[in-house]
Parts: sequence; structure tokens; C-alpha cells
Amino acid sequence: MDWLKRHFRTFLLLELLRGLRLTGKHLFKRKITVQYPEEKTPKSPRFRGLHALRRYPNGEERCIACKLCEAVCPALAITIESEERSDGTRRTTRYDIDMFKCIYCGFCEEACPVDSIVETDIHEFHFETRGDNIMTKEMLLAIGDQYEEQIADARRADSTFR
Amino acid sequence: MNWLWSTYGSLPFELQVTIESLIKIIAILVPLLLCVAFMTYAERKIIGYIQVRVGPNRVGPKGWFQPFADVLKLLFKEIVIPSNANRFLFLSAPILSLAPALAAWAVIPFTDTLVLANLDAGLLYILALTSLGVYGVIVAGWASNSKYAFLGAMRSAAQIVAYEIAMGFALVGLLMAAGSLNLVQIVTAQTGGIHQWYLWPLFPLFLVYFISGVAETNRAPFDVAEGESEIVAGFHVEYSGVTFAVFFMAEYANMVLIATLAVIMFLGGWHAPFEFAPFTWIPPIFWLLGKVALMLFVFLWLRATFPRYRYDQIMRLGWKVFIPVTLVWITVIGVFRFLTPFGFIFQ
Repeated sequence: MDWLKRHFRTFLLLELLRGLRLTGKHLFKRKITVQYPEEKTPKSPRFRGLHALRRYPNGEERCIACKLCEAVCPALAITIESEERSDGTRRTTRYDIDMFKCIYCGFCEEACPVDSIVETDIHEFHFETRGDNIMTKEMLLAIGDQYEEQIADARRADSTFR
Repeated sequence: MNWLWSTYGSLPFELQVTIESLIKIIAILVPLLLCVAFMTYAERKIIGYIQVRVGPNRVGPKGWFQPFADVLKLLFKEIVIPSNANRFLFLSAPILSLAPALAAWAVIPFTDTLVLANLDAGLLYILALTSLGVYGVIVAGWASNSKYAFLGAMRSAAQIVAYEIAMGFALVGLLMAAGSLNLVQIVTAQTGGIHQWYLWPLFPLFLVYFISGVAETNRAPFDVAEGESEIVAGFHVEYSGVTFAVFFMAEYANMVLIATLAVIMFLGGWHAPFEFAPFTWIPPIFWLLGKVALMLFVFLWLRATFPRYRYDQIMRLGWKVFIPVTLVWITVIGVFRFLTPFGFIFQ
């Protein structure tokens, strides 16, 4: 009897018709695709994108060349050189991040005792020539200056969880 | 305009016929190729919608120029010929697969008068040409000098041989019902509304024909000849640029052909489903095109729904299910027509 039933179903293509009905229904469902450049999904304040070096409100750069970020970086993407400045403080003379090596893990940001190196929520960036992937101190500071407000907002939003 | 007509009139008769046929051929092929181009767009769009995506929508309004962008891309790509490939065979394979798909359109009747060649053996001609298409696939697989292409070609050949028989038997049933090989006569035999279509008395044969058609064109769920997950892309792994485009066009042209044949043989061709007012306002050719569009939609629907058959399952379905089913139904038709008074059912 079971044998008969099974063959009856197979011959009438009932199972196939059920599948077709399901996909047929989906044809008329509302489409949920996000049309990327026009529509964007919300981003978390913890988003780890392009790097930046921050300054204090008085314009002094935060980085004290402790090299914790360089030490913690699992991809060895950060290179720091430092010297004593005329006022007796230690500052970096070189702060390079190789963006091709960087894996955007955010360890540098966590290691930083003065919240200097941060990862912004910028993810739409690109390099056009070879060598552009090395972000120098000047470039990182410039990004920090340009997006300081955004960066500070993101830190503030996340501060209660840290 | 007048001098054009006078020069045409002064040409020898044979040349006049040639020119006239050429114009007719172009009039069939240009819309057909446009249809093929937009079929690719429709496929991506419909499968996208079924998967709750929106499909291509960047090139032109709502993505309508996508096929042209694809054609341009493929035209500008390099044709790579593998170093140990047989150059002549390698380049002739795409043509071998496209040519029969286009040549078969010679006998397709669009309305009772709109047909390029009203052959009395039209159905035989179609059968002959559609089975020629497999040579393109085999030659492509052989000439590529690649194991994946060769495996794909072998699979495709075995599959097409298996399903050709079932398809042929399904058409034998149709012949017994219509009593003619002429496609125009087959359609005229279905005059008189939806209940006269061969769909009803020959329903099993219609299903067998359509499913075999899907298998013949190497479409999902019977696309083991391509089988991306196992043999990369089957017989056309080594093809790029225009040569690949020609294979692509052949596949879609075959799909349109199979859909059109199904409409002509089982769905009443250019006849309206009901022979009264609102249905008869639409000209017959639009009925044909509409039905073809519906069948093509079913092709895409199937592709979006079913996973690929395993190779041995395909062989089982072809040899052990379809051929017996068609044989039984042919016997039923024969017995009914010649031994019982109920033969009119199959007329």
C-alpha cells in the first residue's frame, strides 16, 4: 500500500508541485535587498574601519610613543620610531600603518592608554597606487582632525560598556 | 523607392527568391536573438525575485539594458584557446551548437500564414536539427583538451541520447493524434478552444516532452553537463569571450525553441483559449508569443526551485520512467483509436 501511495505521488509530481508552489509564493514576496550606495545599514559605534590618530582639545597629539600598539599588533602592521622633543616629552617621529597587513582587529585601539590610535567607522576607502597603503603619521592625524567629532561621539556612545 | 522595385524586378528569379528568403530569415532571427538577450535578463530577474532579491537593476532603467552590457563585455573579452586544443574544432564547436538551434526556426509557424517554410515533414526536420545540437557539445568537450570539458561532453551526450528517445516517442503519440507531420496542420487540428488542445488527451506526453526538453537544453535541474560544483562548467570551461557567448545564446535559443514547440504541439499554437469576444480581439501571433513566454517562465521557475539531479537519477528517469510512460500512452492511444469507439478523444 505504501509502495502504491509513493508511486502515485511521484507520478502525479505532487512533491514537485509543492516545491513550485513555495517558490511561486516567494516570487511575490516583498524584496528586502538593501540597495547599497543609496541605502545603508546602521553601523555599530564599535565598527572597526579606517585608522586615525587623535589630538587633545588643545591641539597636542595624544600619542606618547609607548609602542603598546606596535607590540600588540598581531599582523605587525604598525611601525613606530620616537625621540625626545625639545620640551622633554617623548613623541613619535614616525607612525606608519601598513593597511594591507592590517586585519582590523582593533587591538591597537584597546592597547592605547591615551586613546590616541582609534579605528573610525569609515569603510569606503581605497588606494590607487602602490605605496598608498602605508598610512603615515601625518595622514592618520589628518583623518583624526577631520573626523574628531564622529570619533568622539562613537567613544561616548560606547563608554558605558567599556 | 520605384527604382529599387524596378531593379528588383529585373533580377533573375532565383536571386529574387534568395533575397526574399534572406529578408524573411532576418525578420525571424533578429527578434529571436533579442528574445534570447532579454531571456538572460528575465532569468536573472525572476530567479532573483524568487530568492527574495531584486536582481540586476543598475544598467538602464530597472536594469533593462543589462543584456547589452553583458554582450559588450563578452565582445571585448579575449578568446583564449588552450595550447594543445584543436583550433579548428575548438572554434567550430560553438557554431555547431548555435546553428541547429537557429535553423530549426525555419519551420515554426507563427500563424497559419506566417511561416518561412511550410514543410510537410516539419516535425521530422525539428527532431533532426535538435539532435544535431549535441555535436556542438561533444566537439567542444573533445577539442578543449581538458578533462572537465571532456567529462561534461560525455555526460551531456549520454543525457541527450536518453531523453531524445523519450521525446521522440512523445512526438509519435502526437503524430497518432494529429495524423500529420506538418506543424501548421498540427495546430489547425487543435482549432476550437482550449478543450481541443492536445494538452488534455496527451497530458502525460506533454509532461514527458517538456521535461525531456528541459533535459535536452541542459537546463537545471538536468544541468549535469555544466555541474559547477563537480566539473567546473562542463563542456565550456575553456571557452571565453564571444565563443562562450555563442554557447550561451545556443542554450537560450534552444530553450525558446523547446517552449515554442511545446506551445505549437500541445497548447494550441496561435489559437485563443476561447473562441469568443474578448479573447478573439487579440491577434493570433500574440497568443502564440504569450504562451511561449509562459512556458519560458516555467523553465526559469523550475531552475529556481529544484536542485540538480544526480547523474544516475537522470539516467534512471530517462530510460526507466519516461520511455515506458510514453510507450504505454502510445499503446493507449492506439487501442482507443483502432479498437474502441472512443477514438475521437484522441483526435
